[in-house]
Parts: sequence; C-alpha cells; structure tokens
Amino acid sequence: MPELEAEICENVRAKKASMEGLHKFLKALPFLGPFLFLIILFYLVPVTLTFIMSLTSMDYTLEWNFVGLENFMRFFQDSSVKIVIFNTVKYVVFTLIINVGFGFLLAIATSYFIRNENIMLLFQTIWMLPRMTPPVVYALLWLWFLDPTEAGMLNSLLGKLFGLPAQNWILNHPMKVVIIANGLIGVSLAMVVFSASIKSIPPDYFRAASVDGASDWDIIRYVIIPFLKWPIMFMTIWQTLSLITSYEYILLITDGGPLNKSEVWSLFSYHKAFSNYEFGYGAAISMVLVILAVIIAIIMLKVFGYDAIMRRGNIDSTRGDADDKRKNVAF
Amino acid sequence: MTVREVMQMINAKTSLSRIAIYLLLIILSLPIVFGYLWLFSGSISEEVEFGIVPKSITLKNWRFLWSEITIGTKVFENIWPITLNSILLAGSITLLEVLISLLAGYALSRMNFPGKDFILKTTIILHAFPGVALLIALYYVLNYIGMIDKITGVVLVKVALELPMATWMIKGFFDEIPWEIEWAAYMDGCSRLQAWYKVILPQIKPGIAAVAIFAFLAGWSEFIYSYTFLFSSENYTLAVFLKNLIGDFRFLDYGLLAAAGLFYMIPVIAFFLISQKSLVTIKFGGIKG
Repeated sequence: MPELEAEICENVRAKKASMEGLHKFLKALPFLGPFLFLIILFYLVPVTLTFIMSLTSMDYTLEWNFVGLENFMRFFQDSSVKIVIFNTVKYVVFTLIINVGFGFLLAIATSYFIRNENIMLLFQTIWMLPRMTPPVVYALLWLWFLDPTEAGMLNSLLGKLFGLPAQNWILNHPMKVVIIANGLIGVSLAMVVFSASIKSIPPDYFRAASVDGASDWDIIRYVIIPFLKWPIMFMTIWQTLSLITSYEYILLITDGGPLNKSEVWSLFSYHKAFSNYEFGYGAAISMVLVILAVIIAIIMLKVFGYDAIMRRGNIDSTRGDADDKRKNVAF
Repeated sequence: MTVREVMQMINAKTSLSRIAIYLLLIILSLPIVFGYLWLFSGSISEEVEFGIVPKSITLKNWRFLWSEITIGTKVFENIWPITLNSILLAGSITLLEVLISLLAGYALSRMNFPGKDFILKTTIILHAFPGVALLIALYYVLNYIGMIDKITGVVLVKVALELPMATWMIKGFFDEIPWEIEWAAYMDGCSRLQAWYKVILPQIKPGIAAVAIFAFLAGWSEFIYSYTFLFSSENYTLAVFLKNLIGDFRFLDYGLLAAAGLFYMIPVIAFFLISQKSLVTIKFGGIKG
C-alpha cells in the first residue's frame, strides 16, 4: 500500500514538474514565438528537405521522384567532380594563406610596430572596405581592374611600366583571380581578431624582452606568436568552414569559368540546381559538402570547446575586454 | 661604447624598421585605395588617366538617375523603383531582425524554460549549415508557400538566416544588465513585457543600434537570394540591377558602371564616414578611455 502511495505521489510530482515546465515555456512563448517560427520554417525545414531531396531526381517540375542513392553514385562518377574537388582544395588552402597570413602581417604592423591609434584605425578601415562593399560592386572593381583590353587597370599599368602586351587575366588565370579576390575579403576579420589579441598581451612581456636585448624579430617569434597560437588556429578552422561553402564572389567574377577551371564545390551545386534545374542532384552534391562541414565543425568544437566559440576572437585569454568581444562578433 | 651610443643605435634601428613597415603597409594597401578612387573618378569623367586621374569631367555617367539606359533595343528598368525595392528590402530586414532578436534574446538571457539549452545549441549548429544547401530547399519552401518572386519572401529568408547571430549578440548585451534593474521594474508593478520594453531596452540602445546597422547593410548588400528568388524585373533590387548592367556594359562603358556602383554604395560610404567619426571622437573625447 505505501509503495503504491509513493508511486502515485511520484507520478503527481512528475506531472506537476512537467506542467510547470510547460507553464514556463508558455510564458516564454510570446518572446520566442516569431524566432522559433522563422528558424523552423527557413532553417529546420530546409535542412530536412535538402536531405530528402538528395534522394530524388527532382527537376524544375519540383516533383518528388525517389531514386535512392543514385545521385550520390553519379557524384562519385562525374568526371567534372575531380576538377571541382581539386579546385576547392586549392581555393580553400591558398585563400586561407592570404587571409591568415596577411591578417597576421597587418595586425603585427599596426598593433606592434605602429602603436599610433589613428594610423592603425586608418589602415584597418582601408582593409575593412572589401568586406563592407556589396559583393556586386566588389566584383565590378575586379572586372575593371583585370579588364582584358588596354583600358584595364592592370594591363595599362604593366603596359606603361614594362611595355607588356594586354592580356585576358580572368581567362588565363581564373583560379588565381578568384583566390586573391576572396583572400582580400577575409583579411580584415583575421586582422581585427589578431590585433585584439596582440593588444591583450601584457606590456611587461615586451619590456622584459627589450631589456634582454631581443630584436623585433625575436619579440615576434618568441612573444607574439606563442600568444597568437590559439587565435591563429581558430581563424584557420573558422575560415576553412566558411570558405568551403562560399561561392558568391566566384559566381560574380568568373562564374566558375572558363569551362570548369574555377568551379568550386558549392558553386557546382548551385549551377546544377539553378542553371540545369537538377534540384535533386544539386542537393546531393551539397549534402556531401554538409557532411564535410559537420566534420570540420565537430573538430572545431572539440579543439576549442563550445564556450570559446561563442566568444569568438577571445579564445586565448579572458583579457580582451568586452568591447573587443563586441567588435569581433559584429563582423 | 657608451650607453647613450647604444641607445641611439637602437633608436636608429627601430625608426628604420618603422619606415620599412610604413612603406610595406602603404604598398599593400595601395591597390585597394586605387580601386575605390577609380570608382569615384571614373564615375565623373569621360576618361581616366592612370586609372584614377579624371580627364574631362562629365555628368553623363550618372544619366541613369534621370533617363533610361538603353543598349541596342534593350531598355533597362528605371533606377528609382528599384532603389525603392532595395530600401524596402533592407528596411524590412532591419526592422524584423531587430525586433525578433530583441524578443528572443531577452527570453534566452533572462527566462528559464525547458529546451532553452537545446535552442541555443541548435541555432549555432544550424548557423554552420552551408548556405548553398539551404538555397535549394529554400527555393522549394518559398515556392510552396507562394512567396517565390516576392520581396517579402527574400526578406523572411534573410531575416531567418541572420537571426541566430543577431540573437546571440543581443543575448550577450542582455546578459550584462544587472538583475536588480529588472527587479526594480517588477517592484514598481511592471509586467514582463513592460519591463522589457520600458526598462531593459533603453539600457542596450548602443547594442541595438549596432545590430540594426549591420542588419541594414547586410540587407542592402544582399545579392544571392535576390538573384535566385526574384525573376520579375519589377521586383529587382539594386544588386540584381547592377549585375545585369555589368553583364551588358562591361567592355563598353565603365564610367556608367562606376557611377551606378557608387550610387549603390551610398549607404555603405555613409556608414564608414559616420562610424569613423564616432570612433575618432571616442578616441579623443573619452577621458575614461
């Protein structure tokens, strides 16, 4: 008898707790409603749909014809996939080098060598320009700069300085163009993050190093780089994640051409879906990419931990102040 | 060697490396500055020398503001309705994004309810989901709810995609407000919504402004969703219009393209001027640092 009573009591308590939870959730609902509605409709549903679509041969009629894993088989046999994957790897690796390398160089130049706040601000603003410029205008700048005729900036410059003949840069070096154009965009993010980290190094370290007779090079090598180890690693993984899925600027500048010479993975998926209207195949191509992205994201979570990622840029130490935190999140 | 000589040597060495660094910085930054200078001088001249020096000033390149642009028999859309579309798009995105992220950020920062942790983690994981994969399915969803080829559809999609980041930022701002302020509001008889609106929101005005500015600029620059989801020319935004213009005038009339590009960049330029000024005044005027 007492056991039964205890059980009933337990049940009632559990019910009460769940009722209370429900009650709390309902209280929060007026605040959360619109957020949840949009996230579910335009995030959760599409994510699920992409997965299901990848198992169909959906075309412009938008009908669900299930074909099993056929799309994936096709992907691994498609002759252009090899080029696309090769391009993607090249694109990600070299763009990353420009992003992180230039970002590092600029951060050291502005926050270590030039400690004048206003000059630092000026250079940071200049490098922020590509990122803040609407993609279409940024692409226009490149198209003009590399124009194949004598009117193009680069051609006229090389012609006047070295007497070189005009050439079609985008046609002859599509991958290099795409890499440099994209590389310049990510520089400002790396620069801001690294600058904040350099500024958070206690000045005593620099003083101690100077007293010991360290040169600028020694200070960079033995003081700054060890402090920037985590931010650099973080930037590398974060940018890898965004680069493997980026395609907007490539679409605008070369559109993957000539032929498939600058086609990258995500652009390949875009073209299949919106140029050929092979939605099913396009979804399958991006599903493979998703799996790759998830693996990288898991590595990132494992290496840096959930909390550190929430406070981007502030990974290494807790010294960076709240303002830096906001600045980093903003971009 | 005396101590003074050593000091002088060190100074000479460092100032030399300073100069080298300045030179390096200037050389590296020059191409970027050049590009934007061209955009300006190219838009107001018939011809440019060395890429940036204007020759024979003209307003002809700005003709799209008061007349139709034609090429062969093709007539381009008038720019003003398209500009209005862009303003509408960016404005609605800003309004919705700020409002929704303020509500959700408050709940996620200040309320306790089951599933809170789950929501927080899921949104971040979703945020990492590649845009291109979403794009294909979003086409289907928009088509299904009858919002394809509608600016409203692009607005909703863009807001949804930016919400996780905006909400996380806003949540961060709310986290920094002390509980006591909120308690005081309840003591004075406020309801939760009243406290949110009357007491908490005024505390984070600068944060709201930052989120709003970035939402507006993101909406204004938005290209891929407008390009993919809008087909009727009356729904075009400036990004799509400029992309089409580039397609037709690329080798013919860079002056026109520069002017149109500059026109499209006005809000971005305004942002730079304003934020630069406020940043500098903070630097000079802020006694407390």
